[in-house]
Amino acid sequence: MTSKVLDAEAVIEQFTDGMTIGIGGWGSRRKPMSLVRALVRSGVRDLTIVSFGGPDVGILCATGQAKRVVYGFVTLDSIAIEPHFAAARQAGAVEAVELDESLLVSGLRAAGRRLPFEATRSGLGADALAGNPHIRTVTSPYDDGEVLVAMPAIPLDLALVHLNRADELGNAQCLGPDPYFDDLFARAAARTIVSAEAVVTTAELTRNAHPSTLLLNRTMVDHVVESPLGAHFTSCLPDYGRDEAFQREYAQSASSPDAWQTFRARYLDLDDAAYRANLAGVR
Amino acid sequence: MNAVTRAEVAVTACSDLFRGQADILASPAGVVPTIGVRLALLTHAPDLMISDGESTILGDVPAVDRPSTTPAGYLPYRELFELITTGRRHVVMGGAQIDRFGNQNLSAIGEHARPTRQLLGTRAAATNTVNHATSYWIPRHSRRNFVENVDYVTGIGTDRARAAGTAARFHRLHQVVTNLGVLDFSGPDSSMALVSLHPGVTLEEIQAATGFPLHSAGPVSTTRLPDERELHLIREVLDPRNRREQEVPS
Repeated sequence: MTSKVLDAEAVIEQFTDGMTIGIGGWGSRRKPMSLVRALVRSGVRDLTIVSFGGPDVGILCATGQAKRVVYGFVTLDSIAIEPHFAAARQAGAVEAVELDESLLVSGLRAAGRRLPFEATRSGLGADALAGNPHIRTVTSPYDDGEVLVAMPAIPLDLALVHLNRADELGNAQCLGPDPYFDDLFARAAARTIVSAEAVVTTAELTRNAHPSTLLLNRTMVDHVVESPLGAHFTSCLPDYGRDEAFQREYAQSASSPDAWQTFRARYLDLDDAAYRANLAGVR
Repeated sequence: MNAVTRAEVAVTACSDLFRGQADILASPAGVVPTIGVRLALLTHAPDLMISDGESTILGDVPAVDRPSTTPAGYLPYRELFELITTGRRHVVMGGAQIDRFGNQNLSAIGEHARPTRQLLGTRAAATNTVNHATSYWIPRHSRRNFVENVDYVTGIGTDRARAAGTAARFHRLHQVVTNLGVLDFSGPDSSMALVSLHPGVTLEEIQAATGFPLHSAGPVSTTRLPDERELHLIREVLDPRNRREQEVPS
């Protein structure tokens, strides 16, 4: 069978200007930060980012690569407001498509199922709907005649997710407390890149874990990248928790253009090996 | 025993939000509502269900600042969203702004295209309010958060729900608990009305802190004090390190 393993640097060739990219994880939890750094190094622009947002969104706003963000929230969890995202919003520098969390789920699920929309109650009466002319309602064809939200599909060009382990065929495993909606991102996307803490044999995946932990099967995955600490500084349980000290440093980098340039040079404009080396140097 | 604090009155009012409720997920946001829900569980509402707010249903009732040691179920976000659509939940949310019909804003202050202050975003407030019982906890009742019109509607109020028609038939705003009093939506056209003032708060004080006229039908009552058992549970069992005082200083 064919290996889907990609070298971390070869990932950069997967990105092009104007893409719609869905990013897995949730807030500051299990974000594919190594893949986000590759996206930064690629320099591609005019991106639409779809995310249960955390520092992935903040970084791509700070670099100016995100043109539009589709989100239900953007937060660092232990720091409520994502400072780089907030700065971009307050400067009018990024287009915001704000959805309810559940509307975002509906849009991804519809895309994965190749349907034009999903009917839901979520968003009725709210400004996520009233403020978005692209979301319409649908009248139930049955006797109840309810007017529901027809959440349009959110098809993605590319999905980026980070999981605990994968094999080289593209089967990937979530050992943490919550799969979030990573499988929906993968299904909604034309292509999916999975980074994993470790790439192991298929047999090894279930040696000490139930097959129900295998969140993604290989029909949902196009490329696999081995990336230890690939979600750092966000959490990737049970491998590691959030690096709160690092996260504070990241948040501080929004305090001035100089602070951001320093952070960017030290932690973004470099490959994974150099990133881990820089981390080791300060911790 | 020391005098009952304002925070302890608010905890008790939050507990009372859940009178008569069983086999629903109680989802409090904030320290005071979290203590309140756990107080309800240990007194009048033993069949409420609580979670850690992440992926685990709790099988115990730990102190507000201590982790659970007994998981009783698995509730990742995808399962939480399914539960929400069944209606078996009562959420206590916060809000940067709330208006007289209970429209809530968690998203951003100012013009939405370019806000003066970006906040969290909508989260699941729209989904919550249209599917199950919703209450609010506002720890610092002021004209900044009780406004004539919210800048962006995340959780929907009674007027928006009415306009949305029968599909919004599960909308139910219960009460708003603040550091000054308790309110509900029994006013004209389902607008906000005063239920009770916390001991020591005057009608003039709460009205001055509210950016719209507060309705009240007749004499306003005083929010009840916790009884001795409740006070013991709050002080010794659920919040022995007095986290409630940080949210509502005396």
